[in-house]
Amino acid sequence: MMGQLEKPADDGCTSTTDTHVLDVKDLAVEFRLRTGVVHAVAGLSYFLDKGETLAIVGESGSGKSVAAYAVLGILTTPPAFVTGGRVLLQGRDLLAMSENQRRRLRGNEIAMVAQNASLNPVFSVGWQIAEQFRVHRGTPRREAMQLAGELMDRVGIPSARQRVNDHPHQFSGGMRQRVAIAMAMALEPAVLIADEPTTALDVTVQAQIMALLAEMQQQTGMGLILITHDLGLVSEAADRLVVMYAGRECETGGVEEVFRNPGHPYTRGLMKSIPHMDRKQARLEPIGGSLADLMNVPTGCPFHPRCPFAEQRCTTEPVKLQEIGPGRMSSCLRVNEIREQLDGE
Amino acid sequence: MQEPVITTIGAAETATDGSTLMRRDRFSVRLRHVLRRDRLGQLALVIIVVIVIAAVFGPLMMGDAATQADLGKRFVAPFNPDHGAAYILGSDALGRSFLARLLVAARTTLIIAVLAVVVATLIGSLIGTVVGYIGGRVDAYVMRIADVMQAFPSLLLALIILYTVGPGLAPLIIVLAVARMEVYVRVARAETLAVRERLFVTAARALGAGPIRIVLTQIVPVIAASVVSLATLEFALVILSESALSFLGLGVQQPDITWGGLIAEGRNYLRDAWWVALLPGLAITLTAVAVNVMADVVRRTTQTD
Repeated sequence: MMGQLEKPADDGCTSTTDTHVLDVKDLAVEFRLRTGVVHAVAGLSYFLDKGETLAIVGESGSGKSVAAYAVLGILTTPPAFVTGGRVLLQGRDLLAMSENQRRRLRGNEIAMVAQNASLNPVFSVGWQIAEQFRVHRGTPRREAMQLAGELMDRVGIPSARQRVNDHPHQFSGGMRQRVAIAMAMALEPAVLIADEPTTALDVTVQAQIMALLAEMQQQTGMGLILITHDLGLVSEAADRLVVMYAGRECETGGVEEVFRNPGHPYTRGLMKSIPHMDRKQARLEPIGGSLADLMNVPTGCPFHPRCPFAEQRCTTEPVKLQEIGPGRMSSCLRVNEIREQLDGE
Repeated sequence: MQEPVITTIGAAETATDGSTLMRRDRFSVRLRHVLRRDRLGQLALVIIVVIVIAAVFGPLMMGDAATQADLGKRFVAPFNPDHGAAYILGSDALGRSFLARLLVAARTTLIIAVLAVVVATLIGSLIGTVVGYIGGRVDAYVMRIADVMQAFPSLLLALIILYTVGPGLAPLIIVLAVARMEVYVRVARAETLAVRERLFVTAARALGAGPIRIVLTQIVPVIAASVVSLATLEFALVILSESALSFLGLGVQQPDITWGGLIAEGRNYLRDAWWVALLPGLAITLTAVAVNVMADVVRRTTQTD
């Protein structure tokens, strides 16, 4: 958007057909701060098909939320600037549009469910859902409230019609999240971005919320982007995943294959650092070191200082995504050697 | 936490019984509920209603008595029924019915105080919210202007403006509003900075709300409680500032009078006639306290957090 597009070679990391509801290419976001420039997202590409669930996974600070906000166009500028890339929503480039045009699409065709507490405390939940219909569609107030009541019923809020005029604080956390989903789904968008939708909820409620999202997805055929750091959730709910590290994509592929055979040491590390139910471990195996300083990203592969497989060329050679199987890509330079080595064990 | 199994769409439709939405209680119903157990609140409401009725109808009934001098009845003591109902609160230096004077003054005082506070609240909080939301350079400039206004004595500012523009009701209201506007800007901006970062604002943006809608429908309602509390506190202050200006001769001009003006008048006769200064002072205090208590009641009624 800001011009300075480096024009990275189209490495085929996304298929070029126009059938995707959302197609993000080489998205780059930077934060220009007084202390320097933070490259929060550097060249992220992914696509999302109709009715598909794509998980974006990474540690805190890996740029997953920033990337989502950039896709929606709701980053605060300054300090954040989208410096390159394309975001094609059903074939139209969101980044090339005026803010006004984009605003009309938000809520209508692309929407977001944030973490808990995304409701305004001073309005009744029904009013907040109804606002979607009133503002975007110009539905009269009374009718919009009716629709809001129906929607609350649909997302599984008991005696919804009696509760349309209740305020957010009168609901439990899980119920509030249902309301937030109802709000985002009101206009049946083609793409729903769920930014850690279950983080603040306890496990049983998490399962219910994910089931609700899956159900809504089935009914409307929307594409769902699930931003999370919860790999358990990903294995349950997602079709494909994108693993992000330091604002860069390090691996993408179908959930099952990636879980069975990770193509990047970082993915491997992430999986090792979650506890397993079936075996007792004295301690988990965390990934050593800490997240790369985004103001000063290591040369070569950004993960090399923490990578157990790193060798000399990882520190200098620039990485890019390479195909490692059908629909699978990894940015690891040594992906084949590592795989052979581990298979040998 | 009990949450039911998710219903499917089909099930939801059968659950649509009558499709009538639960009506929300009207404000008056909720207000009655809050007041039922709040003696102080009831008292405050009664006082406010009495003062407002007195200010509206009093001048119509006793307006003439307020200007009718009767030198034979100078400084009649209050609470003495010998001189008739009009003199129940005594008389002033020119033998005018003090009750009538108080009622006429009540109207002017309330008009000035209410208008000045409302104007300052609306404009001040709007400026504060907008610059708080926009941030950046606009914010910096506006806040420096607010700093200058804070550093400059507001009474002196009011004096200078009134001296150049000339006294009168409208200039007085504007001056009183402008002089205290900085406080509202500051409070509204500070609150906005906090609210702006909350997730529901981001969510609203993600669902397609523009900046104007966000400021007006997401931020303003949330910060309204703080701004209204501030406004009720400022109410008493405005009455007092007005009396100071009237005292200096730049407030309302004779024959218009205000409570502040009455105090200023009565100050000269404190030794002989305590009521001439005390009663309007009491009226100011009573009004201010009642408004504050009532504001708290209203806040509790509308509270949803």
